[in-house]
Amino acid sequence: MYETKCDVAIIGGGPAGLSAAVAAKKEGAEKVLIIERDVKLGGILQQCIHPGFGLTYFNKELTGPEYAGAFKEEAKKLSVDALLDAMVLSVDGEEKTVTCVCSEYGVTKIHAGSIVLAMGCRERTRAQIQIPGTRPAGVYTAGAAQRLINRQNIVVGKDIVILGSGDIGMIMARRMTLEGCKVHAVVEIMDYLAGLTRNKVQCLDDFGIPLKLSHTVTRIKGNERVEGVYIAEVDENKKPIPETEEFIPCDTLLLSVGLIPENEITRGAEIEISPVTNGPTVNQYMETSKEGIFACGNVVHVNDLVDNVTVESEKAGKYAAKYAKGEMPSRNRTVPSVCGNNVRYICPQTINISGEDEKISLYFRVMAPDTGVFLTASSAGKEIYRKKELRVNPGEMCHVVINAADITGDDVTISVVK
Amino acid sequence: MKADVVIIGAGAVGCGIARELSRYKLDIVVVDKNEDIGGDASKSNSAIIHTGYDASPGTLESQLVVSANVMYDKITEDLDIPFKRCGAILPAITDEQFEKLQDIKHKAFLNGVYDVEYKTGPELLEMEPNLNPEVKGGLFIPRESIIDPFILVQALAENANDNGVRFLLNSKVTDIKTADGMVKEVVTEKETIQADIVINGAALYCDEIAAMVGKADYKVVARRGQFFILDKNTSCKVNGIVLPIPTKVTKGKLMCPTIHGNMLVGPTAEDLDDKTDKSVTPEGLKSIEDDVKRLIPGVNVRDGITQYAGLRPNRVPEGLHVDTYEDLKGYINLSGVRSTGLTLSVSMGIYIADLIRELGYPMVLKEDFKEKRKGITRVKELSEEERDALVKSDPAYGRVICRCETVTEGEILEAIRRPLGARSMDAVKRRVRAGMGRCQGGFCGPKVLEILAREAQVDETKINKNNDGSYMVVGKTR
Repeated sequence: MYETKCDVAIIGGGPAGLSAAVAAKKEGAEKVLIIERDVKLGGILQQCIHPGFGLTYFNKELTGPEYAGAFKEEAKKLSVDALLDAMVLSVDGEEKTVTCVCSEYGVTKIHAGSIVLAMGCRERTRAQIQIPGTRPAGVYTAGAAQRLINRQNIVVGKDIVILGSGDIGMIMARRMTLEGCKVHAVVEIMDYLAGLTRNKVQCLDDFGIPLKLSHTVTRIKGNERVEGVYIAEVDENKKPIPETEEFIPCDTLLLSVGLIPENEITRGAEIEISPVTNGPTVNQYMETSKEGIFACGNVVHVNDLVDNVTVESEKAGKYAAKYAKGEMPSRNRTVPSVCGNNVRYICPQTINISGEDEKISLYFRVMAPDTGVFLTASSAGKEIYRKKELRVNPGEMCHVVINAADITGDDVTISVVK
Repeated sequence: MKADVVIIGAGAVGCGIARELSRYKLDIVVVDKNEDIGGDASKSNSAIIHTGYDASPGTLESQLVVSANVMYDKITEDLDIPFKRCGAILPAITDEQFEKLQDIKHKAFLNGVYDVEYKTGPELLEMEPNLNPEVKGGLFIPRESIIDPFILVQALAENANDNGVRFLLNSKVTDIKTADGMVKEVVTEKETIQADIVINGAALYCDEIAAMVGKADYKVVARRGQFFILDKNTSCKVNGIVLPIPTKVTKGKLMCPTIHGNMLVGPTAEDLDDKTDKSVTPEGLKSIEDDVKRLIPGVNVRDGITQYAGLRPNRVPEGLHVDTYEDLKGYINLSGVRSTGLTLSVSMGIYIADLIRELGYPMVLKEDFKEKRKGITRVKELSEEERDALVKSDPAYGRVICRCETVTEGEILEAIRRPLGARSMDAVKRRVRAGMGRCQGGFCGPKVLEILAREAQVDETKINKNNDGSYMVVGKTR
């Protein structure tokens, strides 16, 4: 069996893994190894051929492959190693060993100084939302259809209905339209958009694709291939209203109904998982409940912008390198970040008070949309941060930055208040 | 085409009969309307090998199920089929249910199932910590078992095939020709087969086949069963099969592990007019959740990775029948094969073989019958060393295609290339589990599609999910 050593082992060569690898190198880690299951680096960005990436990180608009390309090039320049076509089977959190299998070397064991988990996420399927009806061909998750159209040049259907107004769904509505398909509707059960507003404008409005809020698919029809879907308006309890049911003939139903961090390896390594994000809980260094194992990107929590993933992953890479060199900040005391009014979750979930002067970024999502609000942070009953925000909604991540020195209490509470 | 025996239906029972009859010097053809073996009821059931403890004593069904159960240790070993004797419990939650236990045990005794044991509430809770704590006591049926139902059918069919049985798939039977009080020909959409013996094992459609020879003195109604499959990581699991105390109307809804570690919850029992309606319904799914919660209060159907429905062929009037006819020699009609069909697939063949012998047909054993079948490599079950060696001999076993179930390209290629190999997405899924995990083919689907097209040397548009018309994709980009 092949065995090798490295300072920082990174599981996943998507945007998170690539950013972490570059940052780890820059921090002085000598041997950084990315383990990637695809035959190429870049992750899901490879199939995201639309523009809209890099607006905040690079201050310019790039396509997915261009955004990934920038990091791939830098990783190459810094001599980051990559083991491609390799699937990680398990991680030993104590020994910091990664076991993987790849066609080139067989079963391979990697002994690492520290590990970064960057496996990304997967799409929710029809089963998770229990769509009734038959199980014909032609029901795809939006991401699977996107892979087929953008990487394999294959079109899945001609007459499309999309369930869920997530970003991938809206982007696929435009993509399928550009390919000559008819997108009959984007159907969203909530009374607000799940994805970014700019995607609604650029992908739906500009192409005259109807968005049906407060609607859902009540039944799939067809034995061999999808023949159509029934949709209906929902009441305030999200229950379909029978009188409003209508039939839309179509051959394809695309699902954009949310993403779930992919944490099988994390669970196997007995790392604590947050029931809210479905990702590992982390501190401000993106370190999980197991010391020396870091996590970043959509494996931690589902981000709406890859730019945020990069920022978060650079932190993970930097501290993974520090850990491998034995240079982690001292661990004096740990305080949790606590969800206050209209806050669904916060990342990081814990903050290490090292005693050093440090600015701490906290990312969070609201539970419900609101306008004219203040984002606040408080500790020991004292407000330590306040920012005015015109508009908040669950589809767009909020961000506050606090000074470590201001955290005098046993926790930090983030609230969205009027 | 000519044959001695034509078996209509390549489900568990049809394939089981084929395998058993292939011990003899007979020329056997199995025909099926579907593109793959095991394409109907055999693929959507509770995957349990029953003991027959609750059958109607003295019936043919009781005889076949009871005798089948004990055969599974050997046959699953011989044919390389994942199988586990996990046992079943019947917990009584109410006093009324508790009182029924004696009758159930007595019925088991009448069926010749002597090893059913009484258990106290605390004993049952020790066996199943997630059981309703109000449990008053119950029964334990040690030989109720779980199996991979897909591999059971594949194994029976492949071994039959290895012993000379031919399979004609995508071949719906359109007529059966008779003359002089004997069967003569089975006409399918593709081929006409002259035969001495015709066995109707068409399950849901056996009444339609029987009508072709004027023997449809019964009807088959589709009884739909909806199920949930839960994620392997679901927090509330059971160790064995947990059965409800049956009512007059139904056997009720159960929870059990699958052989691969998921949880199976269901089924409903709804009689339908339509023999094709495999829809899941909100009402059906809700009723499963409500009913099973009485047994396992913590069951979390939100952890479902799929929901599906199967159609059991419910005979009216009821009862398992194997009929032969004085005025139609060579025709054997099976009807009323329902949820116990999977179990009795291995005993039915023995019964049929004996029946054919009684009909006076020469039954000569082959000297070279191959008893064993080797399944597709299950890479996941190999040790690290074995796996390493395998990848070094063939790199395709190092390429993981389905990440949820860790299925490699090597396994998918085996599924496609072996006899009676997979031609569709579902056929691949049923052989190696690619797409059966929590992402339900979201990641591996596009890759499996590519591999199937590449192997068949066709365009991806020619690859189906299962039967004709279930095309996966429509064409290339502009």
